Order: sequence, then structure tokens, then C-alpha cells
Amino acid sequence: MQKITRDQIVSKAVSLLQDGTVSAVLGWRQGEFCYDVTPSVFNTAEDIEANFVWNDFCGANFSKYLVSKTKNIDGKLLVFLKPCDTYSFNQLLTEHRFNRESVYVVGIPCEGMVDISKVKAVSGEGIVCAESKGAGLSVTTIYDENPKEIPYAEVLSERCLNCKSKKHVAYDELLGDEGEVIDSARFDEVEKLESMTSEERFAFWQGELSRCIRCNACRDVCPACTCEKCVFDNPNSGAESKAPTNSFEEQMFHVIRAFHVAGRCTDCGECSRVCPQNIPLHLLNRKFIKDINSFYGDYQAGAEVGMRAPLVDYDLGDLEACDVFERRDSE
Amino acid sequence: MRRISLYSLDSLFGEISKSMTLYIPASDNAGGAVYTKYEDGVEYLNTLNTVKSPKNFFFPHTEDLMEFKLQGKNIDILDIRQESEDFAVFGVRGCDVKSFDILDRVFLSDPVDSYYATRREHGVIISLACTKPSETCFCTTFGIDPTEPMGDISAWMTESHLYLQPVTEKGKALMSKIEHITEACDDSEVLAQKDKTKNILSKLPLKDLSTDAFGSGKTKELFDSPQWAELSQSCLGCGTCTFVCPTCQCYDIKDFNTGSGVIRYRCWDSCMFSEFTKMAHGNPRLTQTERFRQRFMHKLVYYPENNDGLFSCVGCGRCLSKCPISMNIVKVMKSLGGDKNE
Repeated sequence: MQKITRDQIVSKAVSLLQDGTVSAVLGWRQGEFCYDVTPSVFNTAEDIEANFVWNDFCGANFSKYLVSKTKNIDGKLLVFLKPCDTYSFNQLLTEHRFNRESVYVVGIPCEGMVDISKVKAVSGEGIVCAESKGAGLSVTTIYDENPKEIPYAEVLSERCLNCKSKKHVAYDELLGDEGEVIDSARFDEVEKLESMTSEERFAFWQGELSRCIRCNACRDVCPACTCEKCVFDNPNSGAESKAPTNSFEEQMFHVIRAFHVAGRCTDCGECSRVCPQNIPLHLLNRKFIKDINSFYGDYQAGAEVGMRAPLVDYDLGDLEACDVFERRDSE
Repeated sequence: MRRISLYSLDSLFGEISKSMTLYIPASDNAGGAVYTKYEDGVEYLNTLNTVKSPKNFFFPHTEDLMEFKLQGKNIDILDIRQESEDFAVFGVRGCDVKSFDILDRVFLSDPVDSYYATRREHGVIISLACTKPSETCFCTTFGIDPTEPMGDISAWMTESHLYLQPVTEKGKALMSKIEHITEACDDSEVLAQKDKTKNILSKLPLKDLSTDAFGSGKTKELFDSPQWAELSQSCLGCGTCTFVCPTCQCYDIKDFNTGSGVIRYRCWDSCMFSEFTKMAHGNPRLTQTERFRQRFMHKLVYYPENNDGLFSCVGCGRCLSKCPISMNIVKVMKSLGGDKNE
């Protein structure tokens, strides 16, 4: 389904490595199965040719890796960024989290990435092959030699079904089109939550967050979470916690985190992708994005480098606290 | 061996829950399964594995250990341990049952962990043979036969019946309580199912994964391998693998200030966390590579060294399906295992 092929990406990576433009390549490494790709730095053309993958399971957002992977690099690191990844890239640059000069960005188009758990819900366990075929995935399992064809609409991850932009907002060169910002229905779920009574909403979040195991994967993958020392890891902070001691604590963790990334979250959706308990964490962030849009005018974090986010900026037209109370009282 | 029709599964669960709390796999409403207390309306979900392993029953995610109460200038130390009540867990797969052996060696060896021991004594495990393993399964690598799961009672589910075979005294005691709703039978259906499943096991992609390169005495050979840096390079340092793992057993002990005293509790810890084993002098493992190496060395070398060669992995595959970057023990074993695992 992807518009560009693995071969195109591989030959681009190899040529940039061989002509000295870059000294290493950040890409997706082949796993045990067709879907378990691992982000990886490639240093040789041979390694790239043998192990680089590009398929419908390359969902990982590489932007945050640039913080650690460019620290001690000689020359430039080549990174392939999908449109949504480029927003995180810009946001991290805005926050001075890595050196732009250490990175060479090739923008690649993305037609949406597949959520393997959705595939398994249809195909069952035992997947031996899941490859793109027409408008869907052709999935073979050890239980059925005949491939099952599953339309993409059934297996794309939520963030891709509600893709907000096919536009690359940062790149040194593009493979394929620059793309456009697109209309999405990404706030529909938020509106559903808003239309609930506060009791219903509390019950909804309690149900979702009670599954949390405090693995911290959402935080650790989040491109907006790049503090050198997270308050939740710091024994001297008074807020350190390694485990869900009770449901209130879980809510504290996720709500505090959502506040902390408010205005900086680009809605890349990595938090929900990595959650082992399938908690729709992106909905917390989207609520903030929607509120910021309605209070301060449309704002997309990471659309440009150096933007002043509404929450850290001031102008005379800013919403007053009384307006917020008025809104709360009218609900 | 006795059996009961699947139509009567609810009456079996009902009968067991008359004498003890019963937990069965049920939907978590998010695409996964979670052990849920059986009561009216709770529906059994025939799942391969729950998201969280059943180690939670014996070694809970968090538990209070003791309490300190301030009375004027005195501090009372309260033992808040509670004797566990009898409970049963249904549907535990062979891999997870094996994980209890691994945990027992840690918690029941001297000094015995009394919190764990009381739960272990009071828990009855009804295992369930696998019939549809996943591509992520590799329990056979660790000598586990998923068609012959242990536990207190072994069970097999065919299309029409649940077959039950007591293994331990605890299992026999529970069987006697459900004797009146089960019927005696031979094992022909069970044997047929085992053959069928074994045929599937021979098709699993990880069936040839070998432990030959690992085990007791391999520390020197593996500890300084340059491959750890590459394997761990994109590890996020989250605790997903450790928290879904049925054999990870590390915990932290913390004091919670209640305002009028202190509750000392323990909670699962993860060797992947930057604060793991932090001591007064600092942290012995400063990089994610060292932390990552610790997890796999523990499972594949240190634990077997201290436990008669028993590996601390049961091949349940949870880390394979849950790791955000798809790095896992299989990739580590294949990478470090050299020729034997290629």
C-alpha cells in the first residue's frame, strides 16, 4: 500500500552513505516475523541491503531517537521521516533537543501503518506472512494456508485512520510528494467524551486507566517527553512512583503527563501505539489540542520550528480565567 | 480423568466458586484478556494468554508489607500480613504454570517470603492445554510441553468437553468437590488433541530456538559481547517486558507517608528503569545497554547458574508481542547464540 518501495529507500540510504552525505542511517530492522521491525542505526551498505525494512509495520516515530543518536555522531545521521514524524522533529528542534546540522532528513510518504493487534483480531494467531495486496493485507497463518485478505480500513492504526496531515513540514529532500494537511475526524472521539456527563467521563477514564501497569512506555516513547530526568523517576521529587499503588495514582500520572505535554504534543499517537494495555492515551492529549484550538485559535505543534505555543505565549486577546469558569459553569 | 460438557462450563465455575474465589480469563474490553473474579455475568474467554501473567496472584504488582503508627513518641510496628483465603485460577497455560516453579525458587528458598508463601499455599491452579499456539510461542525451547500443562489440575478443552486430571493433593481435593457434576472418561479425546497440537508445534517459526549457547558458566563469554550495544540501541527503557513477563520477580520496597504513620509496601520494579538498584553510592548500571544486558543475563545465565540450569524464561511470547520496539529475548538469543541459533 505504501507509495514508495523498500528498494527506493534502500538505494537512497546506500547512495547517501556512500557519497559521504551521511555517516549512519536510522531505519527499521527486519525482525523475526513480517511485522516486528526494530528501530536501528545502520552503519554499512551491506547491513542496509540485507536488513532494512520498509512495510506497513514501520510505525515507529524516529524523531525522539535523534536526541540520543546524534549526541556523539561524526558527520550526519540520515533519518527517514513520515509526515507525522516531521511535526515531532520540528517540535524537538524548537525545544533545542538536538542539533539540526547533525541530521539529514529524507521525507517519505506514508499511506498509514497497520496495527498488528487489529490484524490478529481478524486473522487469529500464528501469522507467518502479512503483505500488502491491493487495498488490504494478505495474511497467512500456520492454521490456514489460504491467505486471508483484510481491507486496510480494518487494520490501520487509529492515528492513521484519523491522519491529520500527509504534509512533510521538515526535510532535506523528499522521496515522493510533499503532501497536504488533510481534514480528519480526529476530534470526534473527544467530542463523544465531552458530551458525557462528568460521572460517565470519570467512569470511562477509570475503566481505561485502571488497566495501566505503569510500564512508562507512553512516556518513554513520547517525543514531547525528553526531560533529562523525569519527575516520576526522581526519588527526590516526592512524586516518584514505580507502580500503580492505586487507581488515583495512575490517573495522576497520565493527567500530569498530559498537562506537561499540552501545547507541545503534536498528536503523533506513539503513546497509544506502544501501550501494552491498549489505553487510548491520545484522547487525553487531543482534548488539550482541541481546547487550545478553541481558546487560542488553531494551533498545530511542530508545524514550524520556533513557534511560540499559546500556553507559553501572551497577547492581549488571550482568554481570561473567567471565560474558562464560564464555560465550565455552562456545561 | 473426568470431563464435563462445555455447555456446563458455567456450572463448573459456579461449583468451584462456592468453596473458593475463582479467577478465569475474561475480556478486558480492550482486545486483551485479564484474569477476572468469576461471578454471574463474567464470561470465560478462551484466549491463548492474558496480557498480564498470573504471577500477580502470588506476587502482586503492589502489596503492603507492614505499617508504622506514630503514638506520641512511640512507633508501633504493625504486622498487617493476612493469611490468604483459598482461591483457584482456571485456564493457566503450560508456560505460565512453569513460571510458578521459577518464582518458587526465588520466594520459597530461605529466607521464605511469607507473603508469597501464603498465597501459594492457598492457590489452586487449573491449567489448560494449548491447541492454537501463536507464532510468538517458544515454550518448547525451555522443555515445556503445552499439551501437558502441570498445575494442581491439568485440563484440556475440546470442541465439546473440558477434561480434567488432578495432579497434586490440592487438585484432588478440588476434584472431589466437583465430582458430582463431572463424569469419568477415558483419555482418547485428549490424546487425539495432543497429537493434533504437536503437529502444529512442529510448524511454529521459533521451534528451533536453542538455549545451547546459554546457561551456567557462560557469564565471561557473554557479558562482554559487543552485541549488547547493538541489541539495546533503541531500547526505550520502559518496563513493558518486565511487567508482562511471568518470571520477572524484582521488586522495590518503599515507605508511604500516611500523615500519621508509614505504610511500607513493595511494588514490581524493572531492571530497565534508570533508578533500578539505586543505592547510597549511586547506580551500578548507568547505561541502558547495561540495564538491558542485566535482564537477559539474569534470565539466561545468572538464574540457571543458581538454579540447577533452569532458565528463567518460559517462552510465553508476551515480550515479543508487547515490546514497543520489538526487541526481545528471541532476538537476543539468536544474536548471541551464534551458529546454534541461525
